[in-house]
Amino acid sequence: MTVTVYVPCDTTALALGANDVAALIEQEAKSRGLDLKLVRNGSRGLFWLEPMVEVETAEGRVAYGPVEPHIVAELVDTGLFEGERAHPLALGLTSEIPYLKNQQRLTFSRIGITDPLSIDDYKAHRGFAGLEKALAMDTQAIVDEVKHSGLRGRGGAAFPTGIKWQTVHDQPEGQKYIVCNADEGDSGTFADRLVMECDPYVLIEGMTIAGLAVGATQGYIYLRSEYPVAHRIFTEALRRAYEAGYLGADVRGSGKQFELEVRLGAGAYICGEETSLLDSLEGKRGMVRVKPPLPAIQGLFGRPTVVNNVLSLAAVPFILDQGSQAYADYGMGKSRGTLALQLAGNVRRGGLVELAFGATLRELMEDFGGGTLSGRPLKAVQVGGPLGAYLPESQWDSPIDYEAFAAFGGVVGHGGVVMFDDTVDMGEQARFAMEFCSVESCGKCTPCRIGAVRGVEVIDRIRAGDNRDANLELLSELCDTMVAGSLCAMGGMTPFPVQSVLQHFPDDLTRSRGGSPC
Amino acid sequence: MTPSGIRQPQAWTHESLQREVDALKNEPGAMLPILHAIQDRFGYIPDAAVPIIAETLRHTRAEVHGIISFYHHFRRHPVGSHVVQVCRAEACQAVGARQLEAHIKAGLGVDYHQTSADNEFTLEPVYCLGNCACGPSIRVDDDIHGRVTAEKFDRLVDRLTTSILEVK
Repeated sequence: MTVTVYVPCDTTALALGANDVAALIEQEAKSRGLDLKLVRNGSRGLFWLEPMVEVETAEGRVAYGPVEPHIVAELVDTGLFEGERAHPLALGLTSEIPYLKNQQRLTFSRIGITDPLSIDDYKAHRGFAGLEKALAMDTQAIVDEVKHSGLRGRGGAAFPTGIKWQTVHDQPEGQKYIVCNADEGDSGTFADRLVMECDPYVLIEGMTIAGLAVGATQGYIYLRSEYPVAHRIFTEALRRAYEAGYLGADVRGSGKQFELEVRLGAGAYICGEETSLLDSLEGKRGMVRVKPPLPAIQGLFGRPTVVNNVLSLAAVPFILDQGSQAYADYGMGKSRGTLALQLAGNVRRGGLVELAFGATLRELMEDFGGGTLSGRPLKAVQVGGPLGAYLPESQWDSPIDYEAFAAFGGVVGHGGVVMFDDTVDMGEQARFAMEFCSVESCGKCTPCRIGAVRGVEVIDRIRAGDNRDANLELLSELCDTMVAGSLCAMGGMTPFPVQSVLQHFPDDLTRSRGGSPC
Repeated sequence: MTPSGIRQPQAWTHESLQREVDALKNEPGAMLPILHAIQDRFGYIPDAAVPIIAETLRHTRAEVHGIISFYHHFRRHPVGSHVVQVCRAEACQAVGARQLEAHIKAGLGVDYHQTSADNEFTLEPVYCLGNCACGPSIRVDDDIHGRVTAEKFDRLVDRLTTSILEVK
């Protein structure tokens, strides 16, 4: 009898030894004369359990984790291949793990279940069903479907995706482009990476639907160079999609063309900003453009361009397949559908949590995250990447929703949630925000280029106890100038984490260090 | 286990640089693909590549220099046998990246953008490797490592610097 064992192949599983685990499992099976089918699936996104090994049983898949290489032999001896559940690392049926069971996985319905590169697996789980429908639809009907779903850009700006598509759709015929922003630079985020490594065809499908909707025949995925595993897996998925006729001059015999290419970024955070990304794709320095003109009217190479985040595009196949209402049924207020939250930093159970908008941060960090990894009290949480505010406990009960967060100066952004325990020095975090901006600013506008450098200097003086009150006032004014005067969100939001430290953790900033700051 | 992703950069010649540029010059927005191709093959972007790219793509040398220097990923100097990138971003900071960074710098005896005396390791900062739930993270060549402790890093260095002698 064949035994099917799953060992994930995403970056996190690999970073924790999944390849070694897979090799050892094969060795064990061989030495026992067992007929093993080893599947390198995607990750389920339960990262504290990685490498999480699963075994197919009559009742369903049984999970074990975290499986370190040295424990493989012991697990096999205690019945891993039979799905025995006596070992302390046995987790029972994967589908019953509360962390997974309590999520609403729409975009991520397949991750970890399928072999990411298998088109058959993808189709067996409703893959390409949305594309088949779109191929039979009028272009305006596709745009309407996305509009009615209420989907808003998941990259951070939360602009309604359907309206962006409509603008490009309404431009005169001619060369148009679909550009996928896969420059996932925010610390604490990995959802784009998970899509590209664990379910690449959903992004290919979403981009193809976008191309059909607006009349674009060429798509580019701008992927950050820090993601070598995503690059490898996605490039292979593209090759297979071409081979199977899902891409190319005649998509599924429809007579419609859609070509897709991956382009690598080169380590510049600013290229996650859409106009800077377009300049980079054109082969230039990634400088931010002044808007207008909007990219939807004059984008890549001056042509009408849809620029969408990976998660926005990956949500589209579900919307086309199951209908806009099915998507809009999730969520609250003007934030419809689900959000891919990513629990990171000092967290006991880190990973991907896809939930309808409306859960609170506290539920997320406590019920899902299980508190800090260190076991120490949680002190601050940064939501929305390096440009997001540090939130103190008084703000953890607010529902996660674009408007609710904006109301208190928070940012949902790309859904990254980075937790810090009470050993964190918030003064150091404020300094880092400015330092990061000074390293990553594109340099086009003065408030960002010069402001960030001055920001580091002023914070250093405050921390050294040098003329503190005057420098605190100066820092406050500098933050206001950057917020009001910067060309894009880089300089315009860098002050958010700094201001949040000034407001909620002032003691950390002003505590005298007596010497030179680190 | 042999670590994968070890770079074995080839030595460049004017002809081989020109070939890399020519292979991609007709792509739309060819600049970044060309720079990646050169760095992937030769380990860095030699000064000699700048006039070749400029000439072929009809740019000035200053423009090409400006593009290369804009992006942190591109290097103008050869690197050691392995490139070690340490994540400096917030999620890794929350689990001890600053201490790990200090340990790595002391252990290798270098600061960022420097190469160790034995020419084995070039150290670079990186802002996020997307392994944020299992930090601190580092990247060695094309392999990402999670939950890196000082001890784990030292073991990794030992493994990478142990040369295999073939006995004939």
